[in-house]
This record gives sequence, structure tokens and C-alpha cells, in this order.
Amino acid sequence: MSTLLTATPGQTVGPFFGYALPFDSDSDLVPPGSPGAIQFHGVVTDGAGDPVPDALLEIWQADADGVIPSVSGSLRRDGWTFTGWGRSATDDAGHYSFSTVPPGPTSPGAAPFFLITVFARGLLNRLFTRAYLPCDQLAGDPLLNSLPPHRSQTLIATREAAGLRFDIRLQSGDDETVFLSYPGHRA
Amino acid sequence: MHRMTATPTLNSDSASASQAEVSGEIGAIESAYLRSGVEETQPRLDYAPYRSSLLRHPTKDLHHADPEGVELWTPCFGERDVHPLESDLTIQHTGAPIGERMVVTGRIVDGDGRAVRRQLVEIWQANAGGRYIHKRDQHPSPIDPNFTGVGRCLTDDDGYYRFTTIKPGPYPWKNHRNAWRPAHIHFSVFGTEFTQRMITQMYFPGDPLFALDPIYQSITDQKARDRLVASYDHDVTTHEWATGYRWDIVLTGANRTPVDEGADH
Repeated sequence: MSTLLTATPGQTVGPFFGYALPFDSDSDLVPPGSPGAIQFHGVVTDGAGDPVPDALLEIWQADADGVIPSVSGSLRRDGWTFTGWGRSATDDAGHYSFSTVPPGPTSPGAAPFFLITVFARGLLNRLFTRAYLPCDQLAGDPLLNSLPPHRSQTLIATREAAGLRFDIRLQSGDDETVFLSYPGHRA
Repeated sequence: MHRMTATPTLNSDSASASQAEVSGEIGAIESAYLRSGVEETQPRLDYAPYRSSLLRHPTKDLHHADPEGVELWTPCFGERDVHPLESDLTIQHTGAPIGERMVVTGRIVDGDGRAVRRQLVEIWQANAGGRYIHKRDQHPSPIDPNFTGVGRCLTDDDGYYRFTTIKPGPYPWKNHRNAWRPAHIHFSVFGTEFTQRMITQMYFPGDPLFALDPIYQSITDQKARDRLVASYDHDVTTHEWATGYRWDIVLTGANRTPVDEGADH
């Protein structure tokens, strides 16, 4: 797809976003412990396998019925409105965590996923990735099928008692997380 | 400045290299870029002069995805999320902050030139002395008790944002010995589709630190770097009150076709 204008370059989020971008209940898309709530969480690691304590993740997702939200209120959560978007800074152990619901399929037969953006000190531009729910629909997913099996595995969350786990490896060998570009994105 | 340099010490947080060594690395990368003849428009993820990137850049190419489902939509923000006064960073405390009061305003459009309406813009910045209100900022420059340096606004119906703030100062950091960041304001921007999400930094015209800064220079193309530099605009400057800067933002192209607008989302 060709566009008229060249996009403004990104830059790193830097080290000092911690007093600016996080906000109360930023990672609670639904109240923790509420009926149907799951924990969606993981650890961000660097090329040495060390945790990244100054990353910021955002997720954007459909609700449990597969409906894509179009309501405001993410920055002042009322505990009742599902906005589909949340933000979580990693802690000193590189851990991020969201309280949310598992997304449903946005069209019949589609494999549901969380869309994730990763920002961090040392990361000169944001990265996008998908975290798929483990489910039968994965076999028919076009993106997963465009990757070799050992690479597509990096995009599938693991089911746990409290929810789903999804680790992000910024730099690694075969298990480096697959990061995505979209039409209109340029180097 | 364009000599090839030895492999840098691969320690992402040591301030051991000199500015001359880092400038040499920057110059070598730029020379190779100019020889390549292939235009780049975004920062490189793998850019060794910025030491923190060494262990944090992916080693594999980004994988192409055809956007589907939530990728064609974006979160909504509204009056409930952002109070209009959050766009004025000079009135958040009992007194006025120290420094040059300024207005920064501009328009956010997508790659097809369409205004990004009623969408969230967040900014954060150092104070006039180059100090952030952040526990990890140990730069021995004074905290300003009247300046936090955080603002938010929603774009208007034509895609314009506007903030009143204080011009930030440059500050030292530990990338290498005697490393200084050019003065900048961090911008966090949403588009009309989540794949347009971006965070960047706005700079000020004519900053002498541009050539020395590996974060700014990670964008190898001069035309692309210029897109991060605001313009002084006397029509934005207000009589006996504040200087004015203009900086427009272009997001990547939209993928959702107008035909989808009536769909049941």
C-alpha cells in the first residue's frame, strides 16, 4: 500500500517514562479477581537472558465475545467498562502483568490474540507482536502458518491456573520473539 | 570523523568510550548509509553507538503481518480520560516553573494525510535545568518544585494538539564519557489503528548536540531526522507570554478501508 506522506520517525521511550506513562489501574482491563478475570503476564528478557526492568507494554484486544471495544475510559477506569486497552511497565524482575479477559474470535473461526506493543530503554522504536491463545483455531491461522514451527511457537501464550503466560525475548536465537511489521511500515 | 573504528566495548552501560570514539562510529554508519543509496525513514533498531541497544534489538527481520481484527482499530479516549487543563504543564503546582514558557502545537495526520481526531497525546520532559522527576535521574541539577513535566491532551476535530510548557534543558547521560542529550520532549501518540501507535522525541531547531547524539543519529537519514525537529513559529508565540513552536506528526498509513466504517464494531 502506498501512502502520500512519510511517517515521522520513532525514538526510544528512554529510561524516564515511569513517572509519566503509568497510571492507576493501567494494567487492569477488568478488576483483578472479578468473575472471568485472568492474569496475562510474562517476563521481558534481553540478549543476555537478563530481565528488562524498564520496558513498557501495551495490549489491545477484543472482549471475551470477540467484540472490538469502541468506548473511552481507559485512563479513568470505572471497573465496569471494558475498553480493550491496557499498559504495564515491567518491574525490577522484568515482569509485566495484566488483569483482563481472554479475547474471543473477532470473526468466525479466527484465532484470538492479544496485540502487543513493546517500548523500552535501548529499544530505538516500538515493536509489535501477537500473543495467541492456545486453541484449535491456531492450525488455520495465516500468520502462524507463514512461520516455521519453532518461530510460530514464540507467539503462543501458555495456559496456567490463573490465566496465560507470554514471555518476550527481545534478542535470542531460535526462540527470539517474532516481531511484526504491517503494510505502511518502513525501515 | 569518518574513519572506521575498532569494535566498541560491548558493555551496554559503561561510560568508557569518548565522544570522539562514538562520533567515529556514528560517522562510519552514516557514510555506509549514504553509499548504500537505499532510503531509510525510521531509526535503526541495531545501532551500536547507542550502547543500551546492543542487547535489546531483535536479530531477526520483522515479520510481515496482514492486519486483521483488532489491528484495524484502536482504543478510544474521551473527555472522561483527559481534563483540558492537563495540557498546561505550567499550572500543576502552586507557583510558576522556572524557564522559558513555550507553546508547542501541531497536527497529527495518518500517512494519507487524514487528521487523527479526538485521540490521545501524552508528553513528558525534563525541566529547564535538564532534570526529570524520576528516581533514576541523578543528574545534579535542581528539581523544580513547580514543574513535573507530564502532560496529556486529546487532538481536536482537525487533528491538532497544543501544550503549554517550559523549554526543557539538555542533560548528561551515561552512554559514553561526557555524553549529553539534545533538549527534547517525549511524545506518545495513537492513530486510528493500533499499528500506527508510536512514541518519539521532539527536538528544537539548531541544537548543537544533534551531531553528537546517538539516539537522534540512529535515524541515519538527514531528511528523516529533520522530521523530529520543531520549527519556531512567531504566529504561535503570544504577546508578553510564551514563545511558540510548531511540530506536525505523520503516522503510518491506515489499512482499514472507509467501507468498513459502518461495520458493527
